[in-house]
Amino acid sequence: MDSFTTPLLAGTATGALLLIAALGLALTFGQMGVINMAHGEFLMAGAYTAFVTQQIVTNADISIVVALPAAFVVAGLLGLLLEVTVITWMYRRPLDTLLVTVGVGLVLQQLAKDIFGAQGDPVRTPTWLDGNIDVFGYHWPYRQMFTIVLAVMALIALAALLKYSAFGRQIRATVQNRDLAETVGIRTRAVDRITFFIGSGLAGIGGVAVSLISGTNPRLGTTYIISAFLVVVAGGLGQLKGTVIAAFAVGIATSFFADWTSASMAQVATFALVVVFLQLRPQGLFVVRSRGLA
Amino acid sequence: MKSLVRTFGPLVAIAVLAVLLLVVAPAVLSPFRLNNLGKYCCWAIAAVGIGLAWGRGGMLVMGQGVFFGIGGYAMAMHLKLEAAGPEGIPDFMLLYGDGTMPGWWEPFRSGAFTLFAIIALPAVAAAILGYAIFKRRVKGAYFAILTQALAVVFATLLIATIQETGGFNGLNQFTFFFGYNLYDPVNKKMVYSIAAGLLIGCLVLVWQLYRSRFGELLIATRDAEERVRFLGHDPANVKLAAFVVAAVMASIGGAMFAPIAGIISPSDVDATASIFLIAGVALGGRALLLGPALGALAVGYGRSTLSESFPDQWTYFLGALFIAVILLFPAGLASAVGRAARLVVRPKEATP
Amino acid sequence: MKIDHPSPDDLGQDYLEIRGLTVDFDGFKAVDGVDLTLLQGRVHFLIGPNGAGKTTLVDAATGLVPATGLARYRNQDLLSMRSHKIVRAGVGRTFQTATVFEELSVLQNLDIAGGVHRSPFALLRARRGVPSYVAEALETVGLADLRDRPAGVLAHGQKQWLEIGMLLVQDARVMLLDEPVAGMSAEEREETGALLQRIGEERTIVVIEHDMDFVREFADVVTVMHAGKVLMEGSVTEIQASPEVQEVYLGRTVEGTSHA
Repeated sequence: MDSFTTPLLAGTATGALLLIAALGLALTFGQMGVINMAHGEFLMAGAYTAFVTQQIVTNADISIVVALPAAFVVAGLLGLLLEVTVITWMYRRPLDTLLVTVGVGLVLQQLAKDIFGAQGDPVRTPTWLDGNIDVFGYHWPYRQMFTIVLAVMALIALAALLKYSAFGRQIRATVQNRDLAETVGIRTRAVDRITFFIGSGLAGIGGVAVSLISGTNPRLGTTYIISAFLVVVAGGLGQLKGTVIAAFAVGIATSFFADWTSASMAQVATFALVVVFLQLRPQGLFVVRSRGLA
Repeated sequence: MKSLVRTFGPLVAIAVLAVLLLVVAPAVLSPFRLNNLGKYCCWAIAAVGIGLAWGRGGMLVMGQGVFFGIGGYAMAMHLKLEAAGPEGIPDFMLLYGDGTMPGWWEPFRSGAFTLFAIIALPAVAAAILGYAIFKRRVKGAYFAILTQALAVVFATLLIATIQETGGFNGLNQFTFFFGYNLYDPVNKKMVYSIAAGLLIGCLVLVWQLYRSRFGELLIATRDAEERVRFLGHDPANVKLAAFVVAAVMASIGGAMFAPIAGIISPSDVDATASIFLIAGVALGGRALLLGPALGALAVGYGRSTLSESFPDQWTYFLGALFIAVILLFPAGLASAVGRAARLVVRPKEATP
Repeated sequence: MKIDHPSPDDLGQDYLEIRGLTVDFDGFKAVDGVDLTLLQGRVHFLIGPNGAGKTTLVDAATGLVPATGLARYRNQDLLSMRSHKIVRAGVGRTFQTATVFEELSVLQNLDIAGGVHRSPFALLRARRGVPSYVAEALETVGLADLRDRPAGVLAHGQKQWLEIGMLLVQDARVMLLDEPVAGMSAEEREETGALLQRIGEERTIVVIEHDMDFVREFADVVTVMHAGKVLMEGSVTEIQASPEVQEVYLGRTVEGTSHA
């Protein structure tokens, strides 16, 4: 029983982490077409925010509650800064946003190294997350459950924002037809910026969740960015449903592969899985327009 | 006359570079500097391939470290076996393992097989991967992300298999290169010359590819892939050919890197290393003939120099380089120079 | 490569036959059981209001959208072939927005279109001089003076001619042209029409068009499509006299929107 429950539950938690990381990408990549490779570093910034908050608010029980909104704002502001200074020039060159943000990611990593040191720092778990619950013989840590709760909350908030709020409609209008959106009075530049802020902020929240599980580390972002992108790609753009399914599928699959083989073989197997999946379902990855082929 | 210059001008430029690398450099540089230049040449060989795939073919290959690694490890395995002697096994296997050698190492005792593998392995790997990706019309950012994922996976795999590949430490301490003692400065110079010569060879090869009809077809595929379909070509095949050639070039670069650097390890082939290879190409000008190679030589030099004097600042520099080049000179420095030159020249033309 | 002139025996045998062609977009039949026989040596026009299924019909015949029914040319079933194979079988097309390779010269654009007939090995060699079939196409479409210009700087009309030239070079026996004169000046239209008649003598030319003046002047046969079906087929005079066609164009014309 254990060889089934353990990977399933641990994998669900991994999937939840991936989901938070991927939700932000689903916004910035899926909606805006910006390929932000520094998104992983925003995750890292969130983790360090949790660490710094704990230095100020030493009570770990409270600091985590402060850290969540703080990380959202810190990562969000980093994203906003990136949008205003760099991305804004490159909306017509999606592949180039990828390269520029690779550069931004490198700089942020080195900054973290210089400020906090190359070694990671631990983030203390609040007492109310310290412990576990026995599920069919697996001692499921509360921290992992917390990740899942966090991911679900982020998902619901984002979905509600996109679907029901006026701002959500503005985002969708801007994505579908920028010129038309402008003519009906939507300030599309402002929409871009706020979208990017929210997308990046979500990475900050993900960073707090990561810090509870593995502490902080300058290279933390690189661990998650590729998997998060694979999740968005496999899930298909423009809809959160696919992202959710893909995140949990990748998380759980990796967990099972790791249980059967090793952590690194699991990575290989998951990659192979995604490639095979793209073979079977490349729909949505390409558009053939026949009236104009430019 | 004008068309002669256009056709053979690039060849002259390659010849100048050949003289600089093969005649001037060995005469004026210290053995240490020359060896460093050898490393840059290896990166430049991979960069030439990236220029072909990305600059001309529009495929942003973010995982060339994998192919660099295939060539590098294939060569390194042979050198390890050569150092271990006819029946011997590599030292690290005694250290970390139970002293038995995995069967797939055995063929690499043969130098001929190793050379064959350096070409064939990346070609087959790139062909399979490329076929799967291009036939399903996965392209653009998706392609870039998939290739980078490949680099991450590759490095993870290497680190995890310490008994078979030396793990995080990689493979090092080579003593012989196909019978030549690597501690002998004369032989080191020879290895350098081989690397520089291969770089020149790759440049001549892409020169011919760029002026051939295949080169035109590749640009056409880059700029309007769907349109190429209605010329009766399957664009997947065009891209596949360029991708395979780029992979083989990366592999050759890696194969020469191992004896010159004296080591090949996961950090030479992972995602960051792959990005580093792209940096030079972006700097030099991705679509130009000499741009990628010169850019890679420059970035390689910058890396050595900067990390000697400011070990921590190098990463900032590399990051800033990406941001500045892509933001300001997306076609590379060479094209920026060209544009500036035209600005200077044009006023003169205006007054007849 | 050769541009072969058909012997008298071949004439009339090279035709594109379409039977019961249907394209179903999730329940919406963009093309609904169309029968057409497109004979060689005629300039055939396909007209109809927006959303009538004209472009989709051409898409189906060139492998861009899946379809059921039959589209046969020289005993080859086009519906089961992939786009580049259809081109190799001799059926070429253009698009509403002219798509040429902007960074390549006019000459290179034409030359690349002749690549269908080259072996992979020949692809690795550089072009020497101007192949005769390319020179011929340059003359035919009237771009000989501009052959070394990058295609990106050509005027809109010239780009359409370049595309037609590319079809000539790839030796397309059937040419499916999607609104080739849209956005052209009156003068350019005249030239294009003359060009189509000239090259149509030994080919099957199918033109999707909206401009009735142009249709009147150059059409041999006109097929009117409406709501995915063929409404009627005939000469320009017959079409114009038909009350049905008038109703489609003047009455409840704009049904559905363009889907492409």
